[in-house]
Amino acid sequence: MAQFRVCPDSGFYFDKSAESLMKVNAIAGAVSLLIAGILAIGVILTRWQEVHLLPADLFYQALTGHGINALIFWIIFFEIAILYFASSTLLRTRLAAPKWAWLGFILMVVGAVMNNVAVAQGNSSVMMTSYAPMQAEPHFYLGLILFAVGALIGVFVFFGTLVIAKDDQTYEGSVPLVTFGAITAAIIAVFTIASGAVILVPTFLWSIGYINHIDAEMYRIIWWGLGHSSQQINVAAHVSVWYLLAGILFGARPMSEKVSRTAFLLYILFLQLACAHHILVDPGISSEWKVFNTSYAMYLAVLASMIHGLTVPGAMEVAQREKGLTKGLFEWLRKAPWGNPVFSGFFFSLVIFGFIGGITGVVMGTEQINLIIHNTIYVPAHFHATVAVGTTLAFMALTYLLIPVLFRRSLFLPWVAKMQPYVFSAGMTIMILFMLGAGTLGVSRRHWDMDFTGAALSFEYPGTAYMMMAVGGIGGVLGILGGAMYLLVTVGSLVFGKKLEPSAGLFQSFGVPLSSGSYNIQQPERLPMAPKLAVEQHGSAGFEAPGTFVLAMALLVSFVVYYFINWDYLASVWPLS
Amino acid sequence: MTSYLPPSERIWWKVPVGKQEVIWIGIALIWCLIMFFMMPYWHLFGKQNLSNEAYQTTPAKFQARVDEMVAQYQVGEEAGIPIVRPPAGSDVYLLGRLWQWYPILELEKDQSYRIHLSSMDWQHGFSLQPVNINLQIVPGYEMVVTMTPDQAGDYAIVCNEYCGIGHHAMLGKIYVKEN
Ligand code: HEM
Ligand SMILES: [Cu+2]
Ligand SMILES: [Cu+2]
Repeated sequence: MAQFRVCPDSGFYFDKSAESLMKVNAIAGAVSLLIAGILAIGVILTRWQEVHLLPADLFYQALTGHGINALIFWIIFFEIAILYFASSTLLRTRLAAPKWAWLGFILMVVGAVMNNVAVAQGNSSVMMTSYAPMQAEPHFYLGLILFAVGALIGVFVFFGTLVIAKDDQTYEGSVPLVTFGAITAAIIAVFTIASGAVILVPTFLWSIGYINHIDAEMYRIIWWGLGHSSQQINVAAHVSVWYLLAGILFGARPMSEKVSRTAFLLYILFLQLACAHHILVDPGISSEWKVFNTSYAMYLAVLASMIHGLTVPGAMEVAQREKGLTKGLFEWLRKAPWGNPVFSGFFFSLVIFGFIGGITGVVMGTEQINLIIHNTIYVPAHFHATVAVGTTLAFMALTYLLIPVLFRRSLFLPWVAKMQPYVFSAGMTIMILFMLGAGTLGVSRRHWDMDFTGAALSFEYPGTAYMMMAVGGIGGVLGILGGAMYLLVTVGSLVFGKKLEPSAGLFQSFGVPLSSGSYNIQQPERLPMAPKLAVEQHGSAGFEAPGTFVLAMALLVSFVVYYFINWDYLASVWPLS
Repeated sequence: MTSYLPPSERIWWKVPVGKQEVIWIGIALIWCLIMFFMMPYWHLFGKQNLSNEAYQTTPAKFQARVDEMVAQYQVGEEAGIPIVRPPAGSDVYLLGRLWQWYPILELEKDQSYRIHLSSMDWQHGFSLQPVNINLQIVPGYEMVVTMTPDQAGDYAIVCNEYCGIGHHAMLGKIYVKEN
């Protein structure tokens, strides 16, 4: 029974059932992003103090829904689609156990809906972290548990697919780097979901009265075992997407397979650590453990990210130089396809993740520096640079690529798509930078009112803090506009985009397979190894990618300067011991 | 071309790594080690470190300590909350509860105090403004931090861990007086 089709434009092969599953998972992700985006309007316009849109209860409710839909549902649905792509499509193999994959998907949808219903009913405004002993309704936790079980099934389908590819020898040599990165993400996901089960199952039992006490500190430690490592899944996933996009856009090859793969391996080895950076100022946790854990044993996972930071743009630079863009340090970058949202989205994701997300993350994860940052609005500013730009924008860029290839539609309103990464990155960057500033002035996160209306005592933040929250608010609104543009283009393409295949109708956009005649390939040809490298050398003085090296040094210098500025700031606060 | 194809060399782990990557990995590793050793360095030579002192407690026990201190050292009242002036160097008890920090403290500049912090109910965040010192306050745990206010003035304790609908109104005070 023939079950594969080949995309005539890209040469990718799609297994019929994997194709449908990728579509539905990506769409469920986009719906979650839509909900998160709508709620973001309420959140940002309330934090912009002069507007102060929502009353307190709705604000906390919106913030809970925003965090969960954005960070958990959007990203994980999309990641499942990526796992199926990185296994079935990239390795030209059929998907293992499609029925199980559908079951996983359905559980995820049921879980996401259940959790959203709980939050919408209003008695579960406990934030995505749901710290005990504050309690949500039982179906809040149950929804998250079902979602996690569904995701776990998806991860196992991915592993099964790798096994099939290996047994059927659908590829020569080793798996491609992108698949290797996806494997990293999947392994971390298994750990993460295990921690999630350890904490959420008892919490659920407690919410229905089966267990009568949950230790609040224990909850924090284990919850962050889940919360932290899940961020490492995102990093592994979006770094893989970066390599994929660099490969597709430029024909880039990794500068060194060994280096890039070792860097992924470092993520696996050191990710169980680092839950500590969320509990650096908690009671009863020893400094030795904090120092070791927060630094992932001497920052070896940070080292890994710094390596990818060089090798991803480096691979692109080498490929561009091979095409003759060799003038000066940066011709390869200047002449990149800036009007293609796949490229601009990829590149902004890389730069903002590295320069803002990476640096602020390491700084605030430093044991003592955390004292001046913990729970201020600096924290959400940091993770909007990592997940809301780094991960989200990488996935957006990938979507623009997948619409023609996977959905067989051409982009709807291509000029909107072209502007989207610019609008989204500009808005988010403004929001992030100003919220970082406000956090440094002590403005707290998850806080409805910086005027403290109704408090018995009083305190006034400096005027600059208000100004920063206002400018951040404007940036946030622009960011939401950028998000809306993304959804307009994607939904528009699925509904109105020009069909690139006669049978790519409306239902097909939402997961129904194309006409059976499209799947006319029994088993694709074996995936060949990449062609051997031509020996020609570009660049100068033995440096293959000198421009990238300069960028990397700029990153390092900013990092060092900013790091020590924060120590200096710390040194100015009250002595503590 | 190859990032999503199998590596061009079967034995890819034997392909030598380019000079540029080796240099970068070396530099990055050195930087990682510097950052790592900054933390122990600061424990030895820096002035802002948390002790590891903490105890398990219960709301009732901790409340009793606070009440005892208030009875002994109360010097005034503001907005219905007692103002307490404990002696320099002593153990000071401060509790967070829905939605109040209790009591108000009056401390002397350049004196050290052993501040004990705990929560009576949910988690709270101790955020001392405008100095910007932030600590997580967890029910069932008593955290001890020695603080040495080095500037006189009025300070506010903002709650920066979400604790329900009145979270934004949870403010406390610390007054630091010249001696
Ligand atoms: C599109 C524009 C967006 C805007 C304007 C926005 C705005 C905000 C703001 C202002 C906060 C902090 C509020 C507070 O702590 O008081 C917040 C929290 C958060 N945002 Fe966003 N956000 C956006 C997109 C995203 C995306 C794409 C993601 C993730 C992929 C995301 C994930 C989160 C999370 C996890 C929280 C924390 C919720 C919590 O504290 O429990 N946001 N957002
Ligand atoms: Cu983390
Ligand atoms: Cu609070």
